[in-house]
Parts: sequence; structure tokens; C-alpha cells
Amino acid sequence: MTTTPQAVRRASPRTRRTVTPPDPARSLLPDAEPVRLLAENGTPLPARSDYPEPPAEVLRELYRRMVLGRRFDTQATALTKQGRLAVYPSSRGQEACQVGAVLAVRDTDWVFPTYRESMALVARGIDPVEVLTLLRGDWHCGYDPTEVHTAPQCTPLATQCVHAAGLAHGEAYQGRDTVALAFIGDGATSEGDFHEGINFAAVFKAPVVYFVQNNKYAISVPLSRQTAAPSLAYKGVGYGVPSEQVDGNDPVAVLAVLTRAVAHARAGKGPFLVEAHTYRMEPHTNADDATRYRDGAEVDAWRDRDPVARLETYLRARGVLDDAAIAEIAEQAEAYAAELRTRMNEQPTVDPLSLFDHVYAEPTPQLIEQREQVRAELAAAHAEEGDA
Amino acid sequence: MATTMAKALNTALADALAADDRVVVFGEDVGALGGVFRITDGLQARFGENRCFDTPLAEAGIVGFAVGMAMSGLRPVVEMQFDAFAYPAFEQIASHVAKLRNRTRGALSVPIVIRVPYAGGIGGVEHHCDSSEAYYAHTPGLKVVTPATVDDAYSLLREAIEDPDPVVFMEPKKLYFASAEASLPTRNEPFGRAVVRRPGRDATLVAYGPAVPVALEAAEAAREEGWDLEVVDVRTIVPFDDETITASVRRTGRCVVIQEAPGFAGVGAEIAARVQERCFHALHAPVLRVAGLDIPYPAPMLEHTHLPGVDRVLDAVARLQWDDQPDARWAAA
Repeated sequence: MTTTPQAVRRASPRTRRTVTPPDPARSLLPDAEPVRLLAENGTPLPARSDYPEPPAEVLRELYRRMVLGRRFDTQATALTKQGRLAVYPSSRGQEACQVGAVLAVRDTDWVFPTYRESMALVARGIDPVEVLTLLRGDWHCGYDPTEVHTAPQCTPLATQCVHAAGLAHGEAYQGRDTVALAFIGDGATSEGDFHEGINFAAVFKAPVVYFVQNNKYAISVPLSRQTAAPSLAYKGVGYGVPSEQVDGNDPVAVLAVLTRAVAHARAGKGPFLVEAHTYRMEPHTNADDATRYRDGAEVDAWRDRDPVARLETYLRARGVLDDAAIAEIAEQAEAYAAELRTRMNEQPTVDPLSLFDHVYAEPTPQLIEQREQVRAELAAAHAEEGDA
Repeated sequence: MATTMAKALNTALADALAADDRVVVFGEDVGALGGVFRITDGLQARFGENRCFDTPLAEAGIVGFAVGMAMSGLRPVVEMQFDAFAYPAFEQIASHVAKLRNRTRGALSVPIVIRVPYAGGIGGVEHHCDSSEAYYAHTPGLKVVTPATVDDAYSLLREAIEDPDPVVFMEPKKLYFASAEASLPTRNEPFGRAVVRRPGRDATLVAYGPAVPVALEAAEAAREEGWDLEVVDVRTIVPFDDETITASVRRTGRCVVIQEAPGFAGVGAEIAARVQERCFHALHAPVLRVAGLDIPYPAPMLEHTHLPGVDRVLDAVARLQWDDQPDARWAAA
């Protein structure tokens, strides 16, 4: 072996570098920039081999469900103003996340939603009236979680993160290849249960995708008060969990990134964390006043990044959608909203005696006593009405 | 055969694991170590690491993980290492474990057993001796069970694991290593039944968990004073057995409720109120409570002042209007 002067110089003690093993944390880190496959104006960006674009028919369905989802959201807001819902937390502007995420999982997979995921749940095919039961207030969870493989919408923040880990582990333990998809918002990543959930999932290699919709505000508190991390996706590395960040208003990118994350989990490689950068266009709920903590210019800037318009522009340019198809989908959305309106305008029947039915599998003697007391009260009130 | 409550609980877990593949046992140090009180001793070796395993050190995580596993059809039995260490899990317990059945109109049940070694009398340093039963008993949707005898520990734990509802299973630490004759396996009275541990005619002592041996000892000592006391062991705080306790107090006409937890707003207060509501015309005296002091659990060298012992019970019995005179204790008030 001959030695060149340069090689000697490289090997000299003063300049020689010690050979360090590859940093195990590096492979867990997200891209420095959010993954984006469509520009804000809907033009395609260079294709990425790591995030292949979903097939055209899937994108068409993504668009259709986003349009229906937005119409659902608008209708729910209107129903709230009419007093039909007690409260409604809108996810307008987050259609790419809401719909893209649920399209990435199978019907047999489990979804763990929060209160802001009403749109995601209707996109998953759950009856919208059952989805809105919680907010109408005739019961809590309106759908059967075991039928639709969807946990009740979670109001206590981040607590669903550990449920998702446990369910995914339990399913794997029983030989099923179920993936759990846990939704969470930016504010809830400050809660302990987010950290405990992702840590449990990692330790047990449970097939969970944690999907953070960073919509920039936890009611009024901005992201800067939740974290000093470069981005929320960086919270994966400390738990040994790979992560990615994605433009949450790019529906194609959201679906592509979630599809890869779900495949990672299903392949037995453990949990995956995705942070989607998006924006809550509406106040926290109808009861909130967003003008007290953010200015209109900021909201307007995000209006220009509308995910529905972005996908529509792209699919038109690709020839996947034309005027007729768009009109037909818009008609479907109107019909969907009209049916929802009709059904929600019917006064739901509630039965006070049912309050005692599901506290336990069998009511305790004390609950039976209380049920009889309520029954007597109702009978007395009924008799009084009869007298009047 | 003489055995301890710790061994009876261990046998109950082993028998439950053997009887039902859906049962899994997990928590902190429950694997190779067998738990800090050895309640899970040998279970991992016998049933494998999938069925009895250690978790990260995070109580909310443990209970939340159990919720998810129960949703997948399993029957998790989790250990909280000590009473006060279960507090981080309280949100999971109160908002999810207790409510999921009701929230979903019965569609989703989470039959989890949360084992909580509780109460004091073991010389433990702070945060190791809390009596936390009232927090759970005050939460509709939970069953709250606490054994006082060796064979009941076995029977109640087996029933808890088979129960369709979540059960907070509270194990009195100071009774873990007390030994008694017990032939296991055994099945005693079901949930919702209190048991008369000692019949008597003059007054009823109602107790649960670590207070039951105190009540029995007090009843024995009371014979010398000429009182024949009945002792009722509540066993399951939820569901609560009004019937047995009411029947006993109607017979005796006098009642003292004993608990180790601080008395204010405690389970004993609830029991006293229920007895008074149901037995007013049979009562010869107000229902009295003997409880721990309303203080944070004291340091080991002071715990004997806090714990309700035989003397305090006998003092209360002495105040049960035997001579129909105003209670001197309230005379100044």
C-alpha cells in the first residue's frame, strides 16, 4: 500500500478525526422543514421517493371527503348558533389533517379522537348525528366505539395517548395487526399523558401513530407558551420514536406522511410521531372570542393556504377533477348538510331513568333506590301536568 | 393451613392468570422482583413476560395503558405501588376508568382491577400510608373493595378480576403479613355483602379493611366492661350493603363506625349518615365515628397517636347513651 502525502497529512495526530459511530438519534429526527408535496397555490413540488404521492382515485376521495367535512363543519357551527348544539369546536382549516389522517388507516384500525375531531369522525364514516350527540347533549358518546373502532371523543387532554398505546399493545398481544391512530393538539403535548403515552408505546413497541395537529393555539395560548422545542415533532427523539413534520394544509403531503407512519407502525417497528403545521381558522369554540388574542392579518394569511382550494387546484390541473365532478361533490355536500339539518332539527328524546342504566353493568341497590325516586318524581310531575 | 394475606393475594392472581388468558398483570417492579410487597412473586416466571410485566414508572400511564388493553378485550390487573403514588393516575381513574361504560351507554366496558396497597400502621415514611378509599368511593362507576381477612383477600380479588366493572382493590398493608387459617381457593359472600364477623347484642361496630381487626379486638376487650359488641366487616365499600348493616343496628340499637382514614367527609361519615337515616327509631344513641385525625398522615414515630385503636373505640362505645345522659364530649359546645 502506497501512502500519498495527503493521506499522511490526514492521518497526522493534529488533524485526525476519531471515527464516531452513526448517531442513533439522527434517524429519529424529522426533516428540518415540514414535508410538502403541493405548493400553497396548488402546483406540485418535486416528487419525493420517501413520500410517494397517493394514487389519483385516493386523492379524489380525499377531496370529496374534505368538501363534505367542511360542509359538515359549517353546518355544525350553524346548528350551534340555532341552539341545537350546546357548543361546537370547529376544525375549519384543518380539513387536510382531519380527513387525510383517517384515510390513512383501515376500518379495523382504532382511532382515538379529541373533541375537535368531529370532522375526522364523519370522514371515517360515522353517522354525523351520532358524532354530534356529545355536543347536542342528549348523551355523551353517541356512537358504539366497538363497532366503528373509534374511542369516544376525548375531552381530558392527552389522556387518549396512553389508551392508544394500551389498545395497540393489547391488539398485538392477541395477534391482530391493528394500528392505533391518536389525535392530539399542540397544547396537549404539554400534558404528562402525552409523554407517558408515547413512552409506553415506544417501550412496548406498540403500533401507534401519534398525530399532532399544531393549529398554533390552545384556546388563546400560543405555541411559544407550550414548548421551546424547534418543533413538536422533535418530542419523539427523546422517547426513541421517529417523527416527521408535515405541512398540515397540504392534503397530499398529510396523506403521504400518515400512510408511511401507519405502515411503519403496522410493520412492528413501534410508534411514529407526526406533527402537522396547520391553523384553527375559527375560535376555539363558538363560545370563544379569538379577536382578543390574535389579529385578523394572521388569520387572513392562513386563509390563503386553504387546504381544500389547494387540492382542488392540483386535481383540476392533473385532470382528476373537472367542473362537473366538483359540482357533483358540492351537491353531495349540500345534500349531506340538508339531511343532517333535518335530523338535528328533530328534538331528541331523553329518558331520565336511563341515567342509572350504565353506571355499572348492574345497578347497585342504591342506584335502584334513586331510580325509583326519580320514577316517582316523574310520575308526580306527569300527574300534575294532567291536572293542569 | 395458615397463610398470609400477601400469599392469598398472590395465589388469587396466579389462579386468575391460570383460569383466563385475558388476564394480564402489570405495574412497577411486579415482574422479576415480584412487587415491593411480593404480591406478584413468581407470576412472571410461571406465566411469562407477556402476562406479568414491568412498565415505565408512570402511574397515569399504567392505568391509561390498562384502559386501552381492556378496550382490546383483555382484563388488566395493575398495581399502584403505594396509595399516595396512585394520585398521578387519578384523572385516568376518575375520567375514563369510572366513566367509559356510562359515556358509551354500555357499549364499552373497562374491567380493570387497580390494586392499591393502602393505609398505615407499618412505620412507613410520608406518602406511603394514605387511606385514599374515599376518593374512589366518591366516584360513581368504580367499585371499591377492601379485604380484612386472609381468605376474603383471595375471594374478593378473584371476584374483582371477574367483575364486568372496574374495581379499585384496596389492600391494607398492615394486614399483608398477618397469618390466619385459610383453605384456598375459596369463594365467600359476593360483592355487595357485608359480613358479621362477630355477633353481639349491645352495639354494632362497623369497620372495613385495617379497622376490622381493631374492631374485633375492641369487642373482645369490651366483654370485660360488660358490653357484647357485634362487628360488621363492610368488605365492599361500593357496592355498599345497607341491608346487613341496617339489620345489625336495628337489633343492637347502637352503632360506632370505625375507619383509619381522616374522619372528615370520609366513608365512615357516609356510613353513619346512612345508618342514622335508616335506623332512627331503633337507635338509643347517636351514631358515632372513630376515625384517623384530620391531619396529613404523620411521621412513623407519631402514627400511633393518629391510628384509631382499641381505646378510642371503647371510649366511643362508652358514650353510646347507656345512662341516657347528654354526651359530655359536646357539653362545652
